[in-house]
Amino acid sequence: MAETLRLAPTRVRRGLPGARGRRAGAGRANTVGLGTALVFLLPYLVLFGAFIVAPIAYGLWISLHEWDFLLPGKPFVGFDNYVELFTSGSVSSGPFWAAMRATAIFVVLSVPLLVSVPLALAVALKRRFPGRNLLRAVVFAPYVLGVAVVGLLWRYLLDPNVGVVNYYLGKLGIDPVPFTTDTPWAWLALVVPTLWWTAGYNMVIFLAGLQDIPRELYEAATIDGASPWQRFRNVTLPGLRPVMVFVVTITILASANVFGQPYLITQGQPGRETRSAIMQIGEVGLRQFNMGRASAMSMVLTLALMGISLVTLSFLRERKARR
Amino acid sequence: MTAARGGFRAGRLVLFAGLLGVLFLGPLMWMVTTSFKSTNEVSQAELSVIPSDPSLEGYRRILDAPQAPVGRWFVNSMLAATLQSALVLVTATMAAYALARLDFAGKKLLTGLVLATLFVPPISLLVPNFVIVSNLGWLDSRLAVIVPGAAGAFGVFFLRQFFKSLPVELEEAALIDGCGRWRIFLKVILPLSRPALATLALLTFLTNWNDFLWPLYVLFSPDNLTLQPGLSTLQSAYSTDYATIMAGGVIASVPVLFFFAISQRFVIEGVSRSGLKG
Repeated sequence: MAETLRLAPTRVRRGLPGARGRRAGAGRANTVGLGTALVFLLPYLVLFGAFIVAPIAYGLWISLHEWDFLLPGKPFVGFDNYVELFTSGSVSSGPFWAAMRATAIFVVLSVPLLVSVPLALAVALKRRFPGRNLLRAVVFAPYVLGVAVVGLLWRYLLDPNVGVVNYYLGKLGIDPVPFTTDTPWAWLALVVPTLWWTAGYNMVIFLAGLQDIPRELYEAATIDGASPWQRFRNVTLPGLRPVMVFVVTITILASANVFGQPYLITQGQPGRETRSAIMQIGEVGLRQFNMGRASAMSMVLTLALMGISLVTLSFLRERKARR
Repeated sequence: MTAARGGFRAGRLVLFAGLLGVLFLGPLMWMVTTSFKSTNEVSQAELSVIPSDPSLEGYRRILDAPQAPVGRWFVNSMLAATLQSALVLVTATMAAYALARLDFAGKKLLTGLVLATLFVPPISLLVPNFVIVSNLGWLDSRLAVIVPGAAGAFGVFFLRQFFKSLPVELEEAALIDGCGRWRIFLKVILPLSRPALATLALLTFLTNWNDFLWPLYVLFSPDNLTLQPGLSTLQSAYSTDYATIMAGGVIASVPVLFFFAISQRFVIEGVSRSGLKG
């Protein structure tokens, strides 16, 4: 995402007769009529229009109606669905804000681990040693499984009665922990599997970032007598800054969109405490078919998510400007 | 110094590698061995990694269940992910080429519009796309899990970056040789873009393969489900019959893990490019 801000370097055309030295792709050679361009663009634009642009507008429209998917009448209600969300004690506000709160808790608990653990793994697996590619593959492997396998597997491992984790805790003389049915344990039952599942993904992106830090910087730091920790603080971290902002952004967004883990592992338990915002929207909109309400919820969540992206991206710009 | 510099001391290396192995492969090993246990053994007070009395009960039960056709779900997922990747490759390469290279009225505006949607959270599209797909008559059909997901702007963004990095002189030379726009695109640009196309296909495949929320709601019939929503039904169907559930998990994972094992370098390289190197 950070990439969109980084414009491709301006390249000057040269060498050919008639070249006017404008930016790449903008020269006379590549000037085409709207017709030719449209032929190239049309297949994508049909998809883009139908499943990206139209639903953005349609979603807003739906949110202004009492839109029951199964009923023919869909009366216009203005901003009622939104007002309801912000009226405490209304049917939709309580569960929605509880779900938003659960989502926020999950973000706060998971993101620091989902960033720091992969970073540590990347630094360790950047070193040269026999078998490092194998180890990278091992760490990455869970990611290819998909959330359903991850959910079923961890649901078993953390099962309060017959689960493996409680079995081994029992060997240590610890009473069974209600991992999937009671807080605060349920948070652990969501965060740990998420870490296991996605650590490899962030690690791989960090590894790519680490490769771009010039070797000479480490050598210079070593000659200056910097300790490994000082090298990490003063060479690795500053060198990783753009990658770091990117990883933090996508990780916050991914955690804020959490769905499969609470759906499968805790099923929102205890009560509705670990039910995430996406779970709530799916439940209200696509199970109970109260689509007006669900669309209003989606819009509120969307604004929150876009706010997060803007904050992290402005942070990136600020850092760039300061340099 | 040489041993420590950029490397590990042997003892620590073994410890570190062992730890990672246990943490990341341990859970998978439990899945595999549990799938070979009898229902009885799974719920026993004493657990052991190795099944005391190996049994195929779980596999038999999952393969016989008409409401849980795991093999079919696997095929459905394969088809959906493959066809969506193909659709993305065709539509995104063409559009990205136009936006990266051709010069036409309104290009800047269109590029801005397409790229801006990268920032639109997918959740805002969930409910309206459900209604749109239902109006198209695509609910509970393969099209629902192939077409809408191919509309995302990531492919266009990714390939546009790549096309911009190719030297313009190549196209100019081809134009002078009398090539048409299509020939240039098909014979000059696409062959040079094979690595980028492969990476995009892989990323699209992985995303589609892992997608859970959307197929969970737009597919209903047991026979039409893809793997992720399909597997999630095992939990309610078999509750704590973990031998059967894990057998389903193993059937779903073995082909993917096998594919990953033989192509891990390519997969890891591809994912690393989804970040900043795009």
